[in-house]
Amino acid sequence: MPAQQTLIEAFAVALEIEPQEVVDSLTYSEHPKWDSTAHMILVAQLEADFDVMFEIDDIIDMSSVKKAKEILTKYQPSLSFDG
Amino acid sequence: MINSAWHNLISLAPYALSHEEKAAIFAKYGNELVKHHYEHCQPYQNILDFFHLTEQTFEQAPPLHTSMFKLHELRSIQQNDVFKVTTSSGTTGQQVSKIYLDKTNIARQQKILSSIVKEWLGNKRLPMLIIDHPNVIKDRFSYSARGVGIQGLSLFGHHHTYALNEDMSINWPCVEGFIEQYKDEKIFIFGFTFMVWQYLLQLLDKNQKRFELSNALLLHSGGWKKLIDQAVSNEQFKTTAQQYLGAVNVHNFYGMVEQTGTIHVECEQGHLHCPTWSDVHVVSPDNLIPLPIKKSGIIELHSLLPTSYPGHKILTEDTGFLVGIDDCPCGRKGKYFQVTGRVKRAEIRGCSDTQS
Repeated sequence: MPAQQTLIEAFAVALEIEPQEVVDSLTYSEHPKWDSTAHMILVAQLEADFDVMFEIDDIIDMSSVKKAKEILTKYQPSLSFDG
Repeated sequence: MINSAWHNLISLAPYALSHEEKAAIFAKYGNELVKHHYEHCQPYQNILDFFHLTEQTFEQAPPLHTSMFKLHELRSIQQNDVFKVTTSSGTTGQQVSKIYLDKTNIARQQKILSSIVKEWLGNKRLPMLIIDHPNVIKDRFSYSARGVGIQGLSLFGHHHTYALNEDMSINWPCVEGFIEQYKDEKIFIFGFTFMVWQYLLQLLDKNQKRFELSNALLLHSGGWKKLIDQAVSNEQFKTTAQQYLGAVNVHNFYGMVEQTGTIHVECEQGHLHCPTWSDVHVVSPDNLIPLPIKKSGIIELHSLLPTSYPGHKILTEDTGFLVGIDDCPCGRKGKYFQVTGRVKRAEIRGCSDTQS
């Protein structure tokens, strides 16, 4: 599955939102479903789906979908979220 | 704008500043904080006006008793900026404290907590065993103190595993599976003091079970009242934890929902340490004047974190004494202290005292 698709599904499942809502501008604490509890669920989901282990500061900094892509790419430089 | 000051404060190290250096910071930012709350919180303004302060400074501002947050809606932000309300866990029939938080204040609490906990846990997230049941964080808008603690510390763990079922029995398959999987790694255990004692250690004893952890860190916090009633000391708690869990470093910490973020962690010497952003005074119960080192009195807590509610100077219902300043053998700077109990006739209230 392309990384973009994996990312969208991980966000949709973890935050219990529609896949269409998962866009770059989706921001932590702006969406009512993306609160601190959901954030840790999201972290676990992304870690499982992308086989990474985030550092503490990256979890704090992961404040939007755009930011999540940047952070994931840091761990897996080969990832591409185009398309 | 009060929040801009935080660019300088947030990157400071938790235990590197001497008391004098901290005093300068509290004078500068603390005074701004008092003015901020005076301007943005009408009830706080009324309180300060009532006292006719000669100077509107952090030093002169009276501490607010924790009960003020039960009786009044104290916030320095607009209603529609309230993002989360955290509550203290009062027992049934007692009013709870309500702490009004905006996004900025929540983010700051999380960052400061992170700076502090990293000093004890290290930078790496660890497999985490939580001595509670998962439903304690169910209600997302309004967290209890237990929920706040678990939520805040989850950040430092991975593969979070809840050790208890909702009826407070141990989820044996879950716990044993977790321990089997991570027995050779460093693990992080977190729970409220009473919960760890009553629902983990006591049950291990009853079932004649022991775990043989090779490298664990147990952070625990919350009311000691029930344990004092059962004549369990901090020392005995530690020894028992090591007896039943194996090689585990045990650190108590003291904090409260009114000042989430700045927790006071017990060092290897058994002393609770103030991080850079908080300060502790022990005051006389007769006149609320600060007492010298080693004298017992009521604990007054100061924090620079609260901007969305006036919780920067709080008179607690706990008693204790200062052990020293800047010279703990563990090497950490700042004040260090011990908590000895509750103020007499205070309401019965404690983070983990709600389960009985």
